[in-house]
Amino acid sequence: MKFAKIIYAMLCKDFKAEFRRKEILSSMLFFSLLIVVIINVTLNINKDILFENFTGLMWIVFLFTGVLGINRSFINERINDSYLGINLAVGESSIILVSKAVSNLAFIGIVQTIVIPLFFILFSVKWPQNAFLFLLVNFLGTTGFVFLGTFLSVLTINTNSEILLPIVLFPLLLPLVLAVVQASNLILKGAPLQLWGHWLGLILVFDFLYTLVPILLFDFVVEV
Amino acid sequence: MGKKWGYILGIITLLTIIAANYLIFIWVPAEKVMGIVQKIFYFHVAAAWVGFLAFFIVFISSIKYLLTFNEKWDWYSAASAEIGFVFMSIVLATGSIWGRAFWGHWWTWDPRLTTSLILWFIYAAYLLLRSGITLEGRRARYSAVLGIIGFIDVPIVWFSVRWWRTVHPNLMESGKMAITTKMSITLSLSVMAFTLLYAFLLPRVVKLYQLDCTIQKTKDVIIRNL
Repeated sequence: MKFAKIIYAMLCKDFKAEFRRKEILSSMLFFSLLIVVIINVTLNINKDILFENFTGLMWIVFLFTGVLGINRSFINERINDSYLGINLAVGESSIILVSKAVSNLAFIGIVQTIVIPLFFILFSVKWPQNAFLFLLVNFLGTTGFVFLGTFLSVLTINTNSEILLPIVLFPLLLPLVLAVVQASNLILKGAPLQLWGHWLGLILVFDFLYTLVPILLFDFVVEV
Repeated sequence: MGKKWGYILGIITLLTIIAANYLIFIWVPAEKVMGIVQKIFYFHVAAAWVGFLAFFIVFISSIKYLLTFNEKWDWYSAASAEIGFVFMSIVLATGSIWGRAFWGHWWTWDPRLTTSLILWFIYAAYLLLRSGITLEGRRARYSAVLGIIGFIDVPIVWFSVRWWRTVHPNLMESGKMAITTKMSITLSLSVMAFTLLYAFLLPRVVKLYQLDCTIQKTKDVIIRNL
């Protein structure tokens, strides 16, 4: 239970800091809205093609927006050496990773709750019948994305280059994105589980591996 | 490795490469349907094998580094990644040329091609991460972590891309051709030549890293004593 308590405390701390700083959430939201507009303006495609590529376009927005927020998550902890403080208070560094990922997931989740309905409205696509499955698959995909991204952001913030995170993260993420886009596209069309079950399996394997391995390796990358 | 063994390995590699080239260009007959273009296959497959092998070596040496913190393993993974990147680029280039001649376009999203491309991107990210970190210990630790994480991704990438392509049946199957005995002998020798080349290059690139490290350390000592 101690574990959940720490994660909850960290989540509260991150939200409090965010509401005072107003940095990550608002920029992520406006950035994603901007990409939605850019997609609408630049792509001149008919409704059928749009429907085929709907989830793919949505995930392009999620990837670019998410990476913005994830990139910031540990940078703020370097100011005033606050990472050291957190580490002393928590004691176990892997819990810090998990709770940071949970906060990132919460931030991106908030952005998604606004952007996903907006996508359906702006592209005039009908809300799926099994919306729960659609959202579940997207949530699982986001989870894997956020965990791996949060972990890799620790590596990339300590380099000379700020834009390294997407370069390192996106190639590793490609199978996950492929699986989520395929699965949610099939759900959108009302396909039965047999047609996208294997994609769901792949998402779960990816989530499992890329939650477990970063936790095991986090002690090697953390700098106290 | 001793200097003498290095020379011997170099000569063996050179002879094998010459022999493989002889087999490829003179001995083995050209494939019936594809003609002379098919000969690129011997380079392509051999380079792909070395590319994957190199990534495996990165993975193993990364684990070894995190277990021992011996900087030697960091040199090995860095050197292997560098060579692997070059070979993976050869794979993409030769694959493209072959595709142009055989399919009529430079690129198709065939599972093997896509997996190689993603692997190439992961290698590139690994090398970029290395070049972005100046502190040696940190560079070694971070790149070892990425070496492990990147390798785990390879089977997932493979499965995902294969399933993706079975959903789209309009793609032609690649690499399906009847291989004759002569062809498989040529291919084996070509793979051997490429592997030997890798084995010959790896210790040399490692040596470069080692010398680089020595220079850095000497420089630090000189600066400290100024």
